Amino acid sequence: MRVLGLIYAPGFLSNGPVHTALLVGGGAAVVCAVVGVFTVMRGQAFAGHALADVSSAGGSASFLLGLNPLVGFLGMAALAAGAMEWADVRDARERDLLTGVMLGAGLGLTALFLYFASVTGSATGAAITVLFGSMFTIPASIVPAALAVAGVALAVIAAIYRPLLVSAVSEDLAQAQGTRVRRIGLAHGWALALAVSLSAMTVGAILSTALLIGPAAAGLRLADRPGRSLALAVLIGLLATWGGILLAYDSYDWTPGHGWPVSFFIVVLVFIAYLLAALLARVRARGVSLRAVHPSGCGQD
Amino acid sequence: MTHSAALSVEGLSISLAGRQILKDVEFEVAPGEFCALIGANGSGKTTLLKAIVGLVKPDSGRIKVDADGSGGTSVGYVPQKISLDPHIPLRARDVVMLGLDGARLGLPLPSRARDARVEEMLQAVGAGDFAERRVGHLSGGQQQRILVAHALVRRPRLLLLDEPLANLDVRSVAEIVALLRRLSLQYRTAILLSAHDMNPLLPVMDRIVYLASRCAVSGKADEVVRTEVLSRLYGYHVDVVRVHGRVVVIAAHEPEEIRAALARDPVHTAEIP
Repeated sequence: MRVLGLIYAPGFLSNGPVHTALLVGGGAAVVCAVVGVFTVMRGQAFAGHALADVSSAGGSASFLLGLNPLVGFLGMAALAAGAMEWADVRDARERDLLTGVMLGAGLGLTALFLYFASVTGSATGAAITVLFGSMFTIPASIVPAALAVAGVALAVIAAIYRPLLVSAVSEDLAQAQGTRVRRIGLAHGWALALAVSLSAMTVGAILSTALLIGPAAAGLRLADRPGRSLALAVLIGLLATWGGILLAYDSYDWTPGHGWPVSFFIVVLVFIAYLLAALLARVRARGVSLRAVHPSGCGQD
Repeated sequence: MTHSAALSVEGLSISLAGRQILKDVEFEVAPGEFCALIGANGSGKTTLLKAIVGLVKPDSGRIKVDADGSGGTSVGYVPQKISLDPHIPLRARDVVMLGLDGARLGLPLPSRARDARVEEMLQAVGAGDFAERRVGHLSGGQQQRILVAHALVRRPRLLLLDEPLANLDVRSVAEIVALLRRLSLQYRTAILLSAHDMNPLLPVMDRIVYLASRCAVSGKADEVVRTEVLSRLYGYHVDVVRVHGRVVVIAAHEPEEIRAALARDPVHTAEIP
């Protein structure tokens, strides 16, 4: 117990808000890691970020209207994901532009709703909560719904796992196998919307991309098989999220009176994990290329 | 014979975005036959192959592919210049496995029968040595082998390959051609392979389908690749020249076309003495 006391401040595990944060944050981390691996493979990281920003409009609207924030985040994200897949822009540049414009529109709405919320005074601190998250203020009543959303997103990805992989390699290959690639794209888009709204609720809309992309990118660099990439991404996401919650809890002792934001710690941990993974992958690649430069059976031996 | 052909194409016409690409194309490929689909860039080779796979809808005509009885697709397809992304965490082995069950929903369960089939296919295309490597890190020739294995692992009666020899070095071209010939005999798979240069394929092809001016002629290579046959197909005089066992079709009248284009453009005509 003494050793553990060095790691976390007393009362960590018996604290209600901490419990909720660990559950909802853990769920968000798992779902973001799993969905994120495919989002990164499909080259849609930017779309993931835009979805989060658009979902923040829903989140802030629900603050204004006194709704469950999950409903707001989720509704807007699902709408935006549907719209993006429906527009079906194939040209990468054109898609980037569309995504950027949507992102701007989403944040514009967020600004409007947050302004009204602050003027009417119905929700203090709404701006910080929506944009940067505040895990310790998540109501415990939200846990079942959040975990259900996480479960649905994971189920969607499990269902379309193989067609998703083939269409990440080549849409032509997938289509030749009889896969309807647009439906797969739409299903992925909705899973992405679910993941992003969960993560927007926990680390905030602006920072949610870190949880979506960081662990996934690290997992993709480290493992050569999809299953292992997914497992690593989940592990990194969970460690960063729970580590971040722990550090934030501990930080109440560092600066008495107020702790540091959880989102900050999570994002920093994700960033460190990504750096380490990139470094490791580079060292490994160098090992491979050294072997390739001196192959056996090439003249002198 | 029609009922037993691996592929029969009848009166096929296709237009894309209002432009006619193929007009009344007819030909047949017999089971186990190695058929080369030859034509210049933009002659409609890719469109024809895509129509056979079902990726492009024809305006009219019929495409009949001999079913293999197992249900599902009986056509294997290797699309044109796929660049396998090095960021995708798939080993060569995984890509072949996805050829078997890539369209299925749900998570894959371990299966010895499946693994054995994948392993056999990897050996058949000579990919045993790099089966465990990330597919995006393989050379062009190695990737081509993996894509062939991906397309063949379901044992289709017909294998379509879109420009598989483009961007390969001379040695890889020879190896892939020899490999495809061997596979078509081994599995009795008919092959329809598109290329803009017929020369590497002359030693192995049983039949040629030659596309030009939106139309096609097909038959044995020495029946089709002749000055009078191709001139009729192109609609103007072309020369078929044989040099050291190679065939060159001189079809373009580029110098005339460029002179005509220059003459239409007053700015440039002024500068030409």
